[in-house]
Amino acid sequence: MQTDRGVTAEKEFQPKIIAFCCNWCSYAGADLAGSGRLSYSADVKIIRVPCSCRINPMFILRAFQKGADGVILAGCHPGDCHYSTGNYFTRRRMTLLFSMLDYMGIEKERTRVEWISAAEGAKFSATMNEFAGEIKKLGRSKRLGDLRCR
Amino acid sequence: MQRIGVFVCWCGSNIAATVDVKKVAEELKSEPGVVYSADYQYMCSENGQNLIKSAIKDYSLTGIVVCSCSPRMHEATFRKTASEAGINPYMVEIANIREQCSWIHKDMATATQKAIILGRAAVAKVNLNTPLTEGESPVVKRALVIGGGIAGIQTALDIADAGYKVDIVEKKPTIGGKMAQLDKTFPTLDCAACILTPKMVEAAQHENITLYTYSEVEEVKGYVGNFDVKIRKKARYVNENLCTGCGECTSKCPSRKGLNEFNMGLDGRGAIYIPFAQAIPNVPVIDTAQCIKFKTGKCGLCQMNCPSKAVDFSQKDEFIDEKYGAIVVATGFDIITLENYEEYGYSMYKDVVTSLEFERLMNAAGPSKGHLERPSDHKQPKTIVFVQCVGSRDTTGCGKEYCSKICCMYTAKHAMLTREKYPDTEVYVFYIDVRTPGKNFDEFYRRAVEQYGVHYIKGMVGKVYDDGQGHLMVRGSDLLANEQLTIKADMVVLAAATKADESARKLGTMLTASMDTNDFFTEAHPKLRPVESPTAGVFLSGFCQGPKDIPETVAQAGAAAAKVIGLLAKNKLKSNPCVARADSLICSGCSNCEKVCPFGAITYAETDVNDGTVREKRRVAVVNEAVCKGCGACTVACPSGAMDLKGFTNKQIFAEVDAICRQTGE
Repeated sequence: MQTDRGVTAEKEFQPKIIAFCCNWCSYAGADLAGSGRLSYSADVKIIRVPCSCRINPMFILRAFQKGADGVILAGCHPGDCHYSTGNYFTRRRMTLLFSMLDYMGIEKERTRVEWISAAEGAKFSATMNEFAGEIKKLGRSKRLGDLRCR
Repeated sequence: MQRIGVFVCWCGSNIAATVDVKKVAEELKSEPGVVYSADYQYMCSENGQNLIKSAIKDYSLTGIVVCSCSPRMHEATFRKTASEAGINPYMVEIANIREQCSWIHKDMATATQKAIILGRAAVAKVNLNTPLTEGESPVVKRALVIGGGIAGIQTALDIADAGYKVDIVEKKPTIGGKMAQLDKTFPTLDCAACILTPKMVEAAQHENITLYTYSEVEEVKGYVGNFDVKIRKKARYVNENLCTGCGECTSKCPSRKGLNEFNMGLDGRGAIYIPFAQAIPNVPVIDTAQCIKFKTGKCGLCQMNCPSKAVDFSQKDEFIDEKYGAIVVATGFDIITLENYEEYGYSMYKDVVTSLEFERLMNAAGPSKGHLERPSDHKQPKTIVFVQCVGSRDTTGCGKEYCSKICCMYTAKHAMLTREKYPDTEVYVFYIDVRTPGKNFDEFYRRAVEQYGVHYIKGMVGKVYDDGQGHLMVRGSDLLANEQLTIKADMVVLAAATKADESARKLGTMLTASMDTNDFFTEAHPKLRPVESPTAGVFLSGFCQGPKDIPETVAQAGAAAAKVIGLLAKNKLKSNPCVARADSLICSGCSNCEKVCPFGAITYAETDVNDGTVREKRRVAVVNEAVCKGCGACTVACPSGAMDLKGFTNKQIFAEVDAICRQTGE
């Protein structure tokens, strides 16, 4: 279906994974993974947001439109949100969005919400590795089309 | 169009060893908007900062990207640098190529490639940055200390001595906490009450300290400098202002079924009681579960006998609303319950006790008046076995994975005191490791072994059972002698693991202060900011942050106080400018944003709207910038896209997504 990436098909598949991390828990968890030298896949690139509830479904659609193979959202554990209730919004919104994406052909395994605290560097690294491994197995994602480009 | 400078830091070899910094600087030079790029050993050093400042001036930069460590580390530093060079501090973005790249990847090509992509995302974002201005908010010059143990008392005293008002909220009827229950303290063996009670008195009499005992924090709102706290003062059924503490009521109470919490339930107390002789305030409290008046309506002996008419059965819980600039958490610890450790027989045998119970048994004010005797038959034990690490360092899931830290030392203390007072008693200690890092700690432990002849056995106890003749048989292993042994003991003392106080989790949620999986409060930085919570204005004192002994607790209490004083000394605080903003032209006034805002920062106002063709009054959302904390929940709830978050705008995040997804060379 996609031909614009034929050139790189020869090489080993390197998925593009975006991890949206909340500033207070998960981004700090990533920092802890870093200072603990807990390696995880280089395919994961982090975007910092103040809270997981800042993540607009549009960001995720945009990522799949631009060629991302997986998107993971990481926030504080339920009850621990720095802003009290942000992660509850995330949980509800993403449940809906991920079902819709699945319906559109972006498999459920390509999207995920995880709760990772500032003290869980090891969990951060393990989660990212596991997620990257899963995406690698799934292969390239379908690129969402943009109606405006037709 | 922005004029962007890119500064790639080596961080010595922390980054440069795995990331080709020259290549990163070179590659990012061709990104849109970038007019200058450089690399340097330490960007955060004075020379590094000067390099940035002169580049800003020489190349008329409007924005900068620093590829370095985490923004949680040096974002503030580089914002200040930018500001000193004359550009808005919020025109700075950090690409985290240390924690997220060089430290976790080993392959240079991979790490360099990732660093370039992270740099690109930051450049893409800074292209869309706009100057932001910080707001200002006043600071309430009053601190709240939650917990009245040695940590809370010391913090409160230090803050009060600096001239600020402090309130202590303690859930128990008296301040003093766990330290008040201790007999002697290691490694000097001075008596706990002798050094604690003067501090309790000082706190009670200090003109700047208000005590709320038998009280709990009910609700916390607001933010650093301006917390609104509701405190529930539970009904004591005794008027604190009238009571003289004569104790007439406690001696007349006919109910004797209550367990004396202060003595770990080893003896009883009346339904109206003062926890211990030196309690502060020295005012009794009625335990309504035991009180005959509350249960049957008949009795009231305490009221009849009170010479100052202080007993008041109709007293109700009171609520106090107060404003604070800073909050210190000093909720302390407790010991675990031992239902997962049936092998030690704690629930079956009266003579198997915890160390805290042993502490009371040794204490002159304890249930046996300081004469060491077995709880079962009140006989003096001739052989005592101490078991360390009961539930500590336990990876089976039954107890706690961490080291409780204080047990090695207090067990050595107990063993030593026992041999000192009763030289004919044989004392055995089962241990996994003996950990005594602290001033004069190892010397103390060695004295227990060498001078007092305490038998230390490396190994764990497998089972404690009754021999049917009033002895406890302790079966364990001696790893050094490689043999199983059984000791006939009269008493077994378990060093039960410590845990965070049960009130901590609820309080953490109320304060939105982060906690670890063990319910200990997380510090803002494990080394450099050990007494601050990541939540601004919330500070940590004592065991609530992790296991600590008394000297460490007192040191941390003082440190927390210093941080609070530093905060309260300011008249105004700068507030975060990355807050929500509503576009009145697009807003339809649907109220979705208002409903999701956790802080009530969004209101609606009739506003004059002028979009060129239409001029009218519309009901549109207005954000109160002083109250908004910038979570961004409203931006996603807004169906029309009128809500955006400054510093993290939709466009900026789209740009980051695009930059990361871009093919190399595309």
